[in-house]
Amino acid sequence: MTTASLADPAPADSGPAPFAWTRKHLLGLEDLSREEITAVLDTAESFSEVSKRSRKKVPALQGRVVFNLFFENSTRTRTSFSLAAKRLSADVQDFSASVSSISKGETFIDTAKNIEAMGCDVMVVRHPTPGAPHLLSQHVQSSIINAGDGAHEHPTQGLLDLMTIRRAKGGFEGLTVALIGDIAHSRVARSNIWGLLKLGAKVILCGPPTLVPRGMERLGCEVAYRLDDVLHRCDVINVLRIQFERQQRGLFPSVGEYSQFYMMTQERVKKAKDDLLILAPGPINRGVELTPEVADGKHSAILDQVSNGLAVRMAVLYLLSGKMPAGE
Amino acid sequence: MGSREVCVRDEGETAALVAEMARRIWAGAEDAPPVRLVGVRARGVPLAERLAVEAARLGFEGVAVGAVDITLYRDDLDQARRWPVLRGTDIPFDVDGADVVLVDDVLFTGRTIRAAINAVCDLGRPSRIRLAVLVDRGGRELPIQPDVVGLALETDLRDRVQVRLRPFDPGDEIARIPAPPGPERSPS
Repeated sequence: MTTASLADPAPADSGPAPFAWTRKHLLGLEDLSREEITAVLDTAESFSEVSKRSRKKVPALQGRVVFNLFFENSTRTRTSFSLAAKRLSADVQDFSASVSSISKGETFIDTAKNIEAMGCDVMVVRHPTPGAPHLLSQHVQSSIINAGDGAHEHPTQGLLDLMTIRRAKGGFEGLTVALIGDIAHSRVARSNIWGLLKLGAKVILCGPPTLVPRGMERLGCEVAYRLDDVLHRCDVINVLRIQFERQQRGLFPSVGEYSQFYMMTQERVKKAKDDLLILAPGPINRGVELTPEVADGKHSAILDQVSNGLAVRMAVLYLLSGKMPAGE
Repeated sequence: MGSREVCVRDEGETAALVAEMARRIWAGAEDAPPVRLVGVRARGVPLAERLAVEAARLGFEGVAVGAVDITLYRDDLDQARRWPVLRGTDIPFDVDGADVVLVDDVLFTGRTIRAAINAVCDLGRPSRIRLAVLVDRGGRELPIQPDVVGLALETDLRDRVQVRLRPFDPGDEIARIPAPPGPERSPS
């Protein structure tokens, strides 16, 4: 009966058994169960319809306040979170460390508490230090969404990659997904690894030995150092960005040599499966991780990832808002 | 719901009510623009589909049926103990200028229909929206009235009314589940 109050205990007739989302924070995919990841992806599918409307807005989070706390540069992730919050009718405020009191000596937690004192329901946090969002979640009342913490995790990127793969391939069982390039510095790689393994895909990590940390096999991943050795087995390739800004130590001899071994080119695409799906978290370095023809070619899902990212972030904001103190 | 549930209309009677609703929706509609049905999830959707089948029997073939999920438009999201699962809005026709009939199984407080009207109007500007419900059980908290009613049912505010419809459920039925004895409780 659709007129039943939401405050009632679960009505017996509400269709398929609803999955009960209980989390207040999204800190990483390592913590999430397969069922929780699937719940986010299913919810995101519902939200992708909203983005196709001419009036791209629903009133679900009216009156809620979302703060973007970015202690590291980002344009696309912050924009995507802002737009996602706006599509749910929440108010969004950006807070960038470079123009803040952090540069005057205020601590990270003090900054967050000051923001919370203004009235905040969700903090979207990006920070160069792994674990910073986890620390914050212990000191503030708001829901925390990790938007990237150092080389640790970037859960919404992982989720949008999973959504893009699920949409193209229908599922994860029996799927082989390779993450190519700079595994060591990549939070995207970690979130992908946790999510893909939980959902039943086989994961291959492929990059120069200096950029693939030791011990990744213990997580259940296969490690390869030559793309051409594993390419023919891959259903999906996720081309990680070479993070020049995190790369002062010269972990590979030259960009030219990296490209020779790891760049996705038309020749490599021809050797791969016909339905190979190519993902890249962006921003892409054309001519380093993949050629322009591949980036713009029929196997590339790069722009689908951007659209799906918006839907995934709407889903996460929606699900976490259900566990706010105000909603109890 | 066990032994306390009271059957109000059985399989055959429920089907007859649906057929009668269709006759009233399409009465005199021969030269009118096509009627578009929008079912309110969950059980408004199978009801809308059943109405489309009845419409075909009346000579109105291929009636378009959409589904609206009102979750994101609820006025009680902030009070939710259990955050509702989204099932999605899926309206396969242009809402602009359409002659829409919103379809739901039970009309009670009217809050669901208020949300559904807002949800449909976010997709475009229909030329008209009417409301068809299988059961009107009274208890309105908003100024909303149905245009087509299968059954007007006297109920206590604390009763539950359960509609079952194939293929969503194993069979068709309208049942009333009397409120357990206890303190008064508002309907929403």
